[in-house]
Amino acid sequence: MLIIFYLSAVVAVVSTLMVITRKDAVHALLYLIVSLLAISIIFFALGAPFIAALEVIIYAGAIMVLFIFVVMMLNLGRESIQQESQLLKPRMWFGPVILTLILIVEFIILFSKIRGQHYPALSISPKVVGVSLFSTYLLGVELSAVLLMAGIVGAYYLGKGKKRILHRYLANTESDSKAEGETK
Amino acid sequence: MTFVPFESGLILAAVLFLLGLIGVLVRRNIIFMLLSTEIMLNASGLAFVTASARWMQPEGQIMFIFILAMAAAEVSVGLALIMQIYHQFKTLDTDTLSNMKG
Amino acid sequence: MLNLLWLIPALPFLGFLLLAVFGGRMNKTGIAFLGVGSVGISALLTTLIGIDFISSPPAGHSFNQPLWVWMNIAGFKPGIAFYLDSLSLIFTFAISFVGFLIHLYSAEFMIDDEGYSRFFAYMNLFVAFMITLVLADNFLLLYLGWEGVGLCSYLLIGFWYKEPENVYAANKAFIVTRIGDTSMAIGLFLLVLHFNTLDIQNILQSISTQWVRGSSIAVLTAFLLLGGALGKSAQLPLQTWLPDAMAGPSPVSALIHAATMVTAGVYLIARTHTLFELAPIVQNAVAIIGALTLLIAGFCALTQTDIKRVLAYSTISQIGYMFLALGIGAWALGIFHFMIHAFFKALLFLAAGTVINALRHEHNMFKMGGLRKELPVVYWTFLIASASLAAFPLITAGFYSKDEIIWYSWASNIGSPWLWLISLIGAFITSVYTFRMVFATFFGEQKTPVSHKPGKRIKIPLIVLAALSVLGGFVELPETMGGFAPFTHFLHHTLPAVALRSEGSGTELLFQIITAALTLAGIYLAYQFYFKNVKFTERFKQTGLSKYLYSGCGFDWLYDRAFVYPAIFFARINKNDFIDNMYTFITCLSTALNEMLVKTQTGRIRWYATVITMGAVITLTIVLVS
Repeated sequence: MLIIFYLSAVVAVVSTLMVITRKDAVHALLYLIVSLLAISIIFFALGAPFIAALEVIIYAGAIMVLFIFVVMMLNLGRESIQQESQLLKPRMWFGPVILTLILIVEFIILFSKIRGQHYPALSISPKVVGVSLFSTYLLGVELSAVLLMAGIVGAYYLGKGKKRILHRYLANTESDSKAEGETK
Repeated sequence: MTFVPFESGLILAAVLFLLGLIGVLVRRNIIFMLLSTEIMLNASGLAFVTASARWMQPEGQIMFIFILAMAAAEVSVGLALIMQIYHQFKTLDTDTLSNMKG
Repeated sequence: MLNLLWLIPALPFLGFLLLAVFGGRMNKTGIAFLGVGSVGISALLTTLIGIDFISSPPAGHSFNQPLWVWMNIAGFKPGIAFYLDSLSLIFTFAISFVGFLIHLYSAEFMIDDEGYSRFFAYMNLFVAFMITLVLADNFLLLYLGWEGVGLCSYLLIGFWYKEPENVYAANKAFIVTRIGDTSMAIGLFLLVLHFNTLDIQNILQSISTQWVRGSSIAVLTAFLLLGGALGKSAQLPLQTWLPDAMAGPSPVSALIHAATMVTAGVYLIARTHTLFELAPIVQNAVAIIGALTLLIAGFCALTQTDIKRVLAYSTISQIGYMFLALGIGAWALGIFHFMIHAFFKALLFLAAGTVINALRHEHNMFKMGGLRKELPVVYWTFLIASASLAAFPLITAGFYSKDEIIWYSWASNIGSPWLWLISLIGAFITSVYTFRMVFATFFGEQKTPVSHKPGKRIKIPLIVLAALSVLGGFVELPETMGGFAPFTHFLHHTLPAVALRSEGSGTELLFQIITAALTLAGIYLAYQFYFKNVKFTERFKQTGLSKYLYSGCGFDWLYDRAFVYPAIFFARINKNDFIDNMYTFITCLSTALNEMLVKTQTGRIRWYATVITMGAVITLTIVLVS
C-alpha cells in the first residue's frame, strides 16, 4: 500500500508541474487528467473507494471534459501558443516560486510537528458515506443541489447570445423578408 | 491492513496546493488560471480525505463530495464567463482586463 | 385705566409682527396706517393713563403691573413686569408722542422707498423696545429693551444696506455701544451677586440700607453702569458712533439718535440715582464727563459742513448738558432738558431731512441757501427749534431748561465754578453753530434748486413740535420768574431735589442775564461771520485747527490706531484660520492615504493573488514564530 501511495504521489506532482508549464491548453488539460487519476489511486490507498470513483467520474470525467469543450470552442490556434510563449517568460516565475517555497517550508514544519503514530487504514464503504450524507448532512445536500441549480441557470444565461437591437425600419424589413420567405 | 502515514498525505496535499498557487500567480491566460484553481480545489479535497482516513470517519469524504459539487458549478459558470470575456474583449490575457482598477 | 399699561409697549410690538409677516403683501396706505396707527394709539393711551395718574395718583406714586415670571432659577426670579412712576411716565410720553409725530412724518418722507414696510416694522419694534426699557420693573427687562434698541438702531442706520458706507456706520454704532453694554452687564452681574434679584425698587432700597456711601462696591457698580450709559448716550469716550450714524434716514436720526435711544443713558442714571448718590466720585465723574463732552462736541459742530453731522454733534453736546445736570444732583432738571431737547432736536432733524430731500439729497449746508422763501413752513419751524436749542431768552423752552442747568452747576452743593464756566462757554458755542447752520441753509443766495416741496403729513408734525418747543418750557419756571414748577413737583416723588450751596442762592438772576447775553452774542457772531463777512471763515477753514475739529477731535483717528488696526492685524494673521486648517489637514490626510492605497487596486487578478499569498506567508510565519 505504501509504495502505491508514494508512486502515485510522485506521478501526481510531476504531472501537476507539467500542467502549469505547458503552453498548449489541451496538453495542460490532458496532464491534469493524469494528475487526477493519480490522486484517485491515492484515495483508494487511503481507504476511500467511493471518493476515488467520484473523482474519476465527476472531476476527470465531467469537469475536465467541460474545460476541453470550451477550449475547443474558443478555437485558440497556433497564434495563441506563440502568444503564450511570449507571456510566459522565465523571470516571471521568480517571485511566485520564492513565496511558494517559503510556504512549503512552513507547511512542512507545521505538519512535521504532528508526531506520527501510524493509524490503521480502514476502508470506509460507500454505504457508511451514504447513510451519513442523507441523515446528518441532508441540509448540505439540499444546499449543494441549490448551488448546482444556480450554476445551471447562470451558465445558461451567460452562454446565451445577446439579442441584436436593430433600428425599427430595419426590424420591419427583416420581418417582412422573413414573412415573404415563409409564404413563398 | 496497511497504513498510510498521516503527515505524508498532508504534505502531498500541500505540495499540490502550492503548485496550483504557482500556476495562478504565473499564468496570464485565464483558462490556465482557472485550471490552476481546480488543482488547488482538488488538493484541498485530498487533505480532507486524508483527515477522514486518519480519524476513520466519513465526514471528510462528505466534505469532498460538497467540494466536488461546488467545483462543478464554479467551473460551468466560470467557463461561461470566460466565453463572454473572449466575446467582448477578444483576448484572454488577464493583465489587459484591468478595468476595475482604482 | 392704569391696567392698560401693558398695551403701550405691546401695540407697537404687534405692529412690528404684523408688518414683518404681512408687510410684503400690503399696499402703502395699509402699511402707513398700521405703522403710524400702532404708535398713535400708544401715544393716546399714554396720554389717558398720564391724565389718570396725575389726577388720582395711586399709592406710593407708582403703579406696578406684573405680567408673568420670566425665569425662576435658585431664587432669582425676574419677571415681565411694568412699573409706572413719574419718571417713566414722562419718558413714555416723550417717546410715544414724539415717536407718533415722527412716524406720521415718515409716512410721507419714505413713501418712495421700496423698503417701506421694513422701515415701519423696524421703527415699531424700536418704539416697543424703548418703551419696554423705560417701563421695565427690573434690570433684566431693562437690559432687554437696551439691547433691543441697540439692535433696531443697527438695523435702521444700515437701512439702505446696499451702500457699504451705511453698513460700516451701522457696524460702528453697534460695536461701540456694545462696549458700553458689556460694562453695564458686568454691573448687573455684580448686583445679582449681591442681592440675588434685579428688581429695581428692591435693589434701590437694599442699596440705601446695606451699602456704605463711598464704599468700593458702590463705586464699582456705579462706574460700570455709567459705562453702559456712556455707550448708549454717545458721551466721551464712546461718542464716535453718533456722527457716522447719520447715514440712516432722517426720521431714524430724529427718533433714535436725537430724542429717545441716546437718552436711555440719562434714564438709567436717573433711575439708579440712589446708587450714584452713594458713590460721589462717580457722580462727579458724570458731571465732568458731561461738561467735557458738551464742550468738545460743541467745538466739533462749529466746523462741520454736513447739516446732519452738525445736528449729531449738537445732540452729543446737549446730552452732555443732561449728564452735567445729573452729575450735580439736579435730577429733575436733567429730565426736563431731555423732554425739551426731544421736542426741538426731533424737529431739527425732521426739518433738515425735508430740506435734504427737497434739494435732492444735498447734505452740504454751504451748497444750500436762500430757502427762506421756497420752504416757508420748514424755515419758520427750523428757526423756532434753533432758537430753542440756542436757548433764546424768555420765549423758547430751551431757555428755561438750559439756563437752570447752567445756574445749578454753580449753585448746587456738588457743583463747581469750573463746571459753570464750561457750560457757559458751551452755551455760547451752541448758539454760534446753531445760527451758523440757520444762516447757511436758509439765508443768502440759493445755490441748489428746490425740486420737491413737503406735503401735509410732513408739515403737521413740524408745526406741532415747533409749538411744543416754545410752550413746553412754561411748565418749569425758575424762581426769579415766579417759581411755577409743576414739572419738578411731579417728579419729586421719584427724584430728589437739588441741594443748594449756601452762598449760591442770590445769584440766580445775575447768572440768567449773563447766559441770555451770551446767547444773543452768539447769534450776532454767527450773523457776522457766516452771513455778512464770509472771507474770514473761508480762511479759517483751511487751518489745521479747523481740520482737527472737523474730524471729530481726532477720536476716530486714535481709536483706529489703538483698536481697529491691531485687530485687523491679528485677523489677517489668522486669515487661513489655523483651526480650519486642522480640519482641512484631516481631510488632506485621508485623501493622501486614499491616493496611496488606490495604487494597490490595479485591477489585475494576478496581483491580487500575489498579495493574498504574501498575506498567507506572513500569517503562517507569525503563527509559527509565536
